[in-house]
Amino acid sequence: MQTNQIFLLFCGVLLALGLAAFFMARAKATRTRASGTAMYAQPDQYAWFSVLTTAGPAVLVGVVGAFVMLLVGAEIPTPYLLSGSLVIAAVGLLFGMRQVRPDFHARQAIEKVIQVILATAAMVSILTTLGILISIVFEAIRFFQIQSFWDFITGTTWDPGASFLAAAGRADEAGSAAQFGSIPLFAGTFLITLIAMLVAIPVGLFAAIYMAEFAPDRIRTLAKPVLEVLAGIPTVVYGFFAAITVAPIVVDIAGWLGLEASYSNALAPGLVMGIMIIPFISSLSDDVITAVPDSMRQGSLALGMTKAETIKSVVLPASLPGIISASLLAVSRALGETMIVVMAAGMRPNLTANPLEDMTTVTVRIVAALTGDQEFESAETLSAFALGLVLFVVTLALNMVSVIMIRRFREKYRSNNL
Amino acid sequence: MSQSFDEITAQLKRRHRKSARLKWMSMGALILAAAFLVVFIGDMLVKGLPAFQQAQVQVEVSYTEQSMQIPPAAVNDEVRNLVSRGYLRLIPGRMRDNPELMGTTRMEWVLADAEVDQYLKGHYTRLSDSQKRTVDRLEEAGRAELRFNTRFFTSGDSKMPELAGIASAAVGTVLTLIVTMLVSFPIGVMTAVYLEEFAPDNRLTQIIEININNLAAVPSILFGLLGLAIYINFFGVPRSTPLVGGLTLALMTLPVIIIATRTALRSVPDTIRQAAFGVGCSRWQVVRDHVLPLSLPGIMTGSIIGLAQAMGETAPLIIIGMVAFIPDVSTSFTNAATVMPAQIFTWAGEPERAFIEKTAGGILVLLAVLISLNASAVWMRKKFERRW
Repeated sequence: MQTNQIFLLFCGVLLALGLAAFFMARAKATRTRASGTAMYAQPDQYAWFSVLTTAGPAVLVGVVGAFVMLLVGAEIPTPYLLSGSLVIAAVGLLFGMRQVRPDFHARQAIEKVIQVILATAAMVSILTTLGILISIVFEAIRFFQIQSFWDFITGTTWDPGASFLAAAGRADEAGSAAQFGSIPLFAGTFLITLIAMLVAIPVGLFAAIYMAEFAPDRIRTLAKPVLEVLAGIPTVVYGFFAAITVAPIVVDIAGWLGLEASYSNALAPGLVMGIMIIPFISSLSDDVITAVPDSMRQGSLALGMTKAETIKSVVLPASLPGIISASLLAVSRALGETMIVVMAAGMRPNLTANPLEDMTTVTVRIVAALTGDQEFESAETLSAFALGLVLFVVTLALNMVSVIMIRRFREKYRSNNL
Repeated sequence: MSQSFDEITAQLKRRHRKSARLKWMSMGALILAAAFLVVFIGDMLVKGLPAFQQAQVQVEVSYTEQSMQIPPAAVNDEVRNLVSRGYLRLIPGRMRDNPELMGTTRMEWVLADAEVDQYLKGHYTRLSDSQKRTVDRLEEAGRAELRFNTRFFTSGDSKMPELAGIASAAVGTVLTLIVTMLVSFPIGVMTAVYLEEFAPDNRLTQIIEININNLAAVPSILFGLLGLAIYINFFGVPRSTPLVGGLTLALMTLPVIIIATRTALRSVPDTIRQAAFGVGCSRWQVVRDHVLPLSLPGIMTGSIIGLAQAMGETAPLIIIGMVAFIPDVSTSFTNAATVMPAQIFTWAGEPERAFIEKTAGGILVLLAVLISLNASAVWMRKKFERRW
């Protein structure tokens, strides 16, 4: 509460100083100009410049001070820090007022400051990527200090159950040591992704072919929003649908065929994930197919090929890089998809190729490891970061390859709308 | 090896049939996708619409000293198990607020137990046969009926399905999205303006561009790991709060807004920039006075779409603890809160059957909001789109 009031006071004083800077600088510039001296910039520009010199350094000092406190752990009392930055604001105000001179390029100075601010904003996205990398890599390294990397990559048993005992210093009480072999998790992830792709790629691709090559404009304008709605449905909703509606249907059909299926089988989340990805593939493929130059179609039709033959042997081969790129992006999305599998797939790591059994995925284990009441230092919690690291690397590689492929396509056909 | 005309005609026919087949197949794929949407929405409507109705029963409530101590004693034991226990617990509080109630006995419409609710809606319930008969009798006498469920929109989460509502989650969503937009909109637009209008074409710019495209494809759960490790463990932002949720979602929304804004900026023709430069504007003046106002509709459209995406996101929020049990509506950015998709996730995990209905009801509300957001984005694009 105390800090809040001090902070409010700080903001108030800073605002007052900024306003003072604006009006004083403008008044001074107007006076100078009224006296007949030619100036490089407009009074408003001088005013804004002095606002920048007043508030900019002060805010910067406040932010840097806060970071220093957090990073180094140095104890700077908040009132000192804030009053210090107010002093700097006052100095900045004086400097800004002094700069209200006829030979000062206020407009260009503002321009430079704005460019710096914009470039800083652009850095945020780089910082985000770095943040993801750092947060994952450091915790993953801590995990691999506890567990061997080799066991993680090649082990076939994922059983973190006893790790909390080890964290509590009672390792010998556990019946067996915790095991972190990630192969069953990756197997489950890839099987569900495979099912999803078997649904999404044919349906998405054919829908794209229809939209790009056959559909009259009326149907196109109708179908696009339908697919957009499909793409806009939150994944948690798909997860509920998979768990409550699709999974029982799968079990029923399997039972009817004389097969036994688990209620958290891999087929249901796979199918629903496939449906979720259809609009993704269809819209990207649609863009790619429409970007294939018409001259190629005309050439093919002129040789007497039918429409289907043109599509199959001219349009599709030409747009193949784009379609592959779309499919890779879709795979990366399926691998990282969380809610559908958390809600509809199983929790039990299970190394099997039978999609009717329950099996778990990387993302499910990440969620399970971080939502349990485990201590943050325990091997199970840290294992989430190791899994996250693998997920990050794999999806990054897929995205990179996909970007390279689409670039090649774009260069080939000089298409700029991709 | 010459073919007769008949053979060629037959071959042609075959080839055209093949062509038609491709057309029908591809049309079938589109119809399949549309059919799924219909099935899906239909399923949610069937499951979720009953959530907007709630059973109420008319019973005699006696406000006595005894019901102050033991609230269930306020109704007679024949209907005691048919009335919501959570509702009965509120009786002492109401008696304290309204002392004139003491000693009176009134016929009142009260909230029914979730099992009665399910029974009246024709679902499976755990009610005993005698209880079912009682409910039937009450219904015939017009003393038990389904009414519009205002509580679903005005109350927070509860372990009792008949009391649970989406209000706390809705408020949490609004707070979280306010933080998200306050952070990601300015930074996103500034980044896009920098990349399109100011940035020199050098290595760093290229790295930023590639990086933004990659960020757009990073699985959302990894943003949750970032939120946990950096915001919560490092900066000490309180867990489960709209503040940390909003900051995490902001980083996810950033690439969407940047990409949309860049497209909007690029669609402003260069002649406008040249004209502005020609009358002596500086670069920032060109952007501020000409390019940005002209591209504003596109920027807004992109931001609304980003907002809708952030609204439906769950996975990263689970990681940073926003699947909390929040019974009371909190309007603070630093109190524990939950959001709509997280509430749906929590309800989906509840064992009671009545919660399936609540889950689907919550989904309908969320979908309605999302679809109207997206529709307004499309409408804006249509209305303000300018072909140069």
